[in-house]
Amino acid sequence: MKCPSRSMPLHQRPLLRIVLASVWFGLLSLPLMMELQAPYFGLGRPLMVSAVVALIGLLRVLALQWREASTGRLERLLGASGSAARHLTEGIDQRLLYALALACAIMIPLGLNRYHIDVLTQVGIYVTLALGLNIVVGLAGLLDLGYIAFYAVGAYTYGLLSTRVGLSFWEVLPLGALLAAIFGILLGIPVLRLRGDYLAIVTLGFGEMIRITLNNWDSFTRGPNGIIGIGRPKILGFTFSDPIHYYYLILAIVLLTIFVVDRLNRSRIGRAWTAMRDDEVAAEAMGIDLMKTKLLAFSLGATWAGFAGVFFASKMTFISPESFTFFESVIILCMVVLGGMGSVPGVILGAAMLVILPEMMRQFALYRMLIFGGAMVVMMVLRPQGLIASPRRAIALRHTDSRRPSVVSPLHTP
Amino acid sequence: MALLETRKLSMDFGGLRALDMIDLTVEVDEIVGLIGPNGAGKTTVFNCVTGIFAPTSGEILYRGESLADVRPDQVTAKGMSRTFQNIRLFREMTVLENVMVGGHCRMHAGVVGAIFRPEAVVKEEEELAAKALDLLRFVGLEDKANLWARQLPYGDQRRLEIARAMASDPTLLLLDEPAAGMNPQETNTLMELIRLIHDRGITVLLIEHHMKVVMGISDRLVVLDHGVKIAEGKPEVIRADPRVIGAYLGKESIGA
Repeated sequence: MKCPSRSMPLHQRPLLRIVLASVWFGLLSLPLMMELQAPYFGLGRPLMVSAVVALIGLLRVLALQWREASTGRLERLLGASGSAARHLTEGIDQRLLYALALACAIMIPLGLNRYHIDVLTQVGIYVTLALGLNIVVGLAGLLDLGYIAFYAVGAYTYGLLSTRVGLSFWEVLPLGALLAAIFGILLGIPVLRLRGDYLAIVTLGFGEMIRITLNNWDSFTRGPNGIIGIGRPKILGFTFSDPIHYYYLILAIVLLTIFVVDRLNRSRIGRAWTAMRDDEVAAEAMGIDLMKTKLLAFSLGATWAGFAGVFFASKMTFISPESFTFFESVIILCMVVLGGMGSVPGVILGAAMLVILPEMMRQFALYRMLIFGGAMVVMMVLRPQGLIASPRRAIALRHTDSRRPSVVSPLHTP
Repeated sequence: MALLETRKLSMDFGGLRALDMIDLTVEVDEIVGLIGPNGAGKTTVFNCVTGIFAPTSGEILYRGESLADVRPDQVTAKGMSRTFQNIRLFREMTVLENVMVGGHCRMHAGVVGAIFRPEAVVKEEEELAAKALDLLRFVGLEDKANLWARQLPYGDQRRLEIARAMASDPTLLLLDEPAAGMNPQETNTLMELIRLIHDRGITVLLIEHHMKVVMGISDRLVVLDHGVKIAEGKPEVIRADPRVIGAYLGKESIGA
């Protein structure tokens, strides 16, 4: 590792910056973590914060220097994780792989305990949400930070209709999705001309509006008390009660979602979304009605959140506005971005990781968020196209595939 | 009745008068060249005519029908298609998909069709793919159909844009500087391509700086300078017009 820092101005020297940043973070965390009664005044934890920040900084410097020293090597290494999977599976008929994955999804839970099945069910819910958000963000390129609102709409639709009108799960499932789609259009109409940051802020506002309304409209939604006693799904006299029943139900919903999203992606509307994401002006000049296409993206994306919401309400039998915070919207967005925007297997993997890993790290509960944030930063610096990039995205962002020559230089990001 | 007609078309951007009372006509089956020095307002004419800008005043008529308040996608559906001066391809799609997007307004499949894929939709998709491949063959790019659009060299990207614009079966094709950045051989191929497009029954309105191209294939020229139409007529006449020469080379050269 070369040390050219002596030639640089003081504030740009990498190692010095790392030291300063870690000391600064340690100082910042003092008020939160210091306990005067503990040994050494409880400075252990702030020191650990400094250490983690320093470690991340060091890793970043190392990664950047390695990349500069051997352009292409890092890309090939990281690119390998996406294309290696593709190369491995190239010769095999895709359908066999899907059949295998499906068989695993059906068989594996039979050998697991309730807790694990519950985690997998959570994964299923988030996969549905992430695939729905994928339509809005990944395919159509509309940054939506209030996606959780549609989840809430689905959940409260079932909650209210079940406890007040006595409708069954199966009757409300399409209704919840339809209502969520309508809310999607309601969100879409005011934001039609907004782009980028402004679109993000308005959608964020919309998400918060829904949550605050649910929290305060006591007479209708029972406010922060939430709704209890929501009915469970029934088929032919059989009531869903065991976690494993719910798992298979969400598995069916996930399969339906994957099927529909894939069909949409490959259709005229999917091409219109990708074109619109890439260049709105050119897309409009080619005959694409921007308003209709954007509204379709919002409403179709919201539909899946609606399904997931109805399912969630029936599983928990209790819902409250607390489950539908901005943080949840962010998590779902992270799943889409982390997994690879626009790519279905990537999004599924992203959702799985972001549900399973925090569960596995429960013993580090205090540092969970720190590690989580750090991991996101590392991912975005080293592999912004996501874990399994969709082929379209992979070419656009730093991908070197041996089959197709890449014209994009590694340092250029569109 | 003219295919495209503008009457007293004017466009202001704040205090800047980009177009001043432009009267432009394009008859069916013509190749009209729109020329003028940089900044004359040629691309602004395209943008107004295709609905991207709403003109400050004046009328635009396509087949006698007013294009006031018509959106760009509706203009394309009516039969007017364009290419862009600084190539605006869909870089994250393949070459074939780019052309297929061009045909968006001629297809009917909606959400329900996309999800359930009935026979009619499948057939429509296949026909569109075949038409797109056909257009790629027409411009000479059929062996690059599965490359990503951003992998094409510059000259091919221009031809792809033309193929994409033709996918909506236009009656009037607006080409914005198609020969920019091309070497002499590519320019000749382009001229031949535009003649073939014309032979297919498509009327062409062409913005171009390359004099050989524009003089060689245009039936008629319209010259703009600083937002004003200063001359109009056959290429031989325009070539010798002192006002045109003055616009390109400077007013002092008129006396010379």
